[in-house]
Amino acid sequence: MCSLCGILGCDDHWTNAIARPGIYTRNHDSQSRRAESARRVKAANEILSYRRLKLDIWQSRSYVVSSPTGASSVFEALSHLWPEAETLAGREFDPLDEGLLSWMEERARS
Amino acid sequence: MTPVVLLTGFLGSGKTTLLQRLLTDASMAGAAVLINEFGEVGLDHHLLDRIDDNVVLLKSGCICCTVRGEVADALSKLNTMRASGDIAFDRVVIETTGLADPYPVLQTLTAHPVLRSHFVNGGVLTTVDAVNASLQVEHRAEAVRQITAADRIVLTKTDLATPEQISDIRARLLRINPAARSVTSDLDVPTILGGFGPATFADTLSSDHVCTPTCGHDHHHHGHHHHDADLDVTSFSLVIDGAIDWTMFGTWLTLLLHKHGDRIFRVKGILALEGEDRPIAIHGVQHLVHAPTHMDHWPAGPRQSRLVFIMEGISPDAIRRSFTAFTGLADVRAAA
Repeated sequence: MCSLCGILGCDDHWTNAIARPGIYTRNHDSQSRRAESARRVKAANEILSYRRLKLDIWQSRSYVVSSPTGASSVFEALSHLWPEAETLAGREFDPLDEGLLSWMEERARS
Repeated sequence: MTPVVLLTGFLGSGKTTLLQRLLTDASMAGAAVLINEFGEVGLDHHLLDRIDDNVVLLKSGCICCTVRGEVADALSKLNTMRASGDIAFDRVVIETTGLADPYPVLQTLTAHPVLRSHFVNGGVLTTVDAVNASLQVEHRAEAVRQITAADRIVLTKTDLATPEQISDIRARLLRINPAARSVTSDLDVPTILGGFGPATFADTLSSDHVCTPTCGHDHHHHGHHHHDADLDVTSFSLVIDGAIDWTMFGTWLTLLLHKHGDRIFRVKGILALEGEDRPIAIHGVQHLVHAPTHMDHWPAGPRQSRLVFIMEGISPDAIRRSFTAFTGLADVRAAA
């Protein structure tokens, strides 16, 4: 059940919708699914670290985003990551923001 | 999964006339039809010839803000009746009101916990009145939204319009939604519907529009960029060399639509992904991204990812820079 809206089976993010061999097939190949899940967390953490937040997988089935002060929030679907992260950070994550893009470009160069 | 075709278009643009014609075609014989009543009198209902057991008249007025639940209820009712053997249908056509924003209906198909297991977006068909649309596009945001949501645009009343009016509206349609093919309503139904669907855009992107020095837009951006001065609607396409990392792309587009989905009317594209031979078709309307699909094969031409954005008040350069920063792909450039 979705922790935000109370709807059953709502972890249906569009990125899961195409069946790519070994990665997005839902009923088998759990090892590849875990690997992809870890990759998604790593990708998100590259952005979240801009505001010193960190995302982890929680009990193999949910996610927890936490701040350096110890505040945290648990949620069940990655589609809820950015609203949760913005609440925790008290600031937005805008992929068009000059500050974020400059920070990412500087990291890529170093 | 049963496709749901959304028939939309501004007030008086000929939706019902087109619907009447569509329903005469053999390919639509198995269609269930949902029409919307606007105001006290169900005018559209009375103009519609084919009212049978498969027609459910939606009760309230404006579909965009009040009847999303009714759309869900009507589709659920159809599904229940079909499951019990009372009716049979192989597709659904929903005719919206002339003031409707198609986005909430599309969202209903994707977000509803039951409907999304039975119905799928079958495409948005938008009627555009060749005589009056230029004025509507300048002054009515609803008209623009209906055009931006279109997978196929049907130009109506071309027999009443001057060649200049037709030329003007065609140019405007190309600027507002270069990802949708335009046809005129006087064509036969199979031609109007030929190749119609939400993921049939690759040919449109690659062949329908070729940028020339005379097409009236500036070329100084690193993307292909058209701009409608009246409503600040910009269409912009990126061409990306190199395979895209699906995880980073998904992270980027999710965040982009989370923050700016109210100003990004449309994202449509074909992607070359790392580890994939076949292209992936991607299709989003505002905050909503439909389930991406594998295409059978690459369209003619080079195997490059192409993404079309139709948006309001966002700089194409900002999109390109953001895409590059998130995906690490530097070779992002103008459409050929």
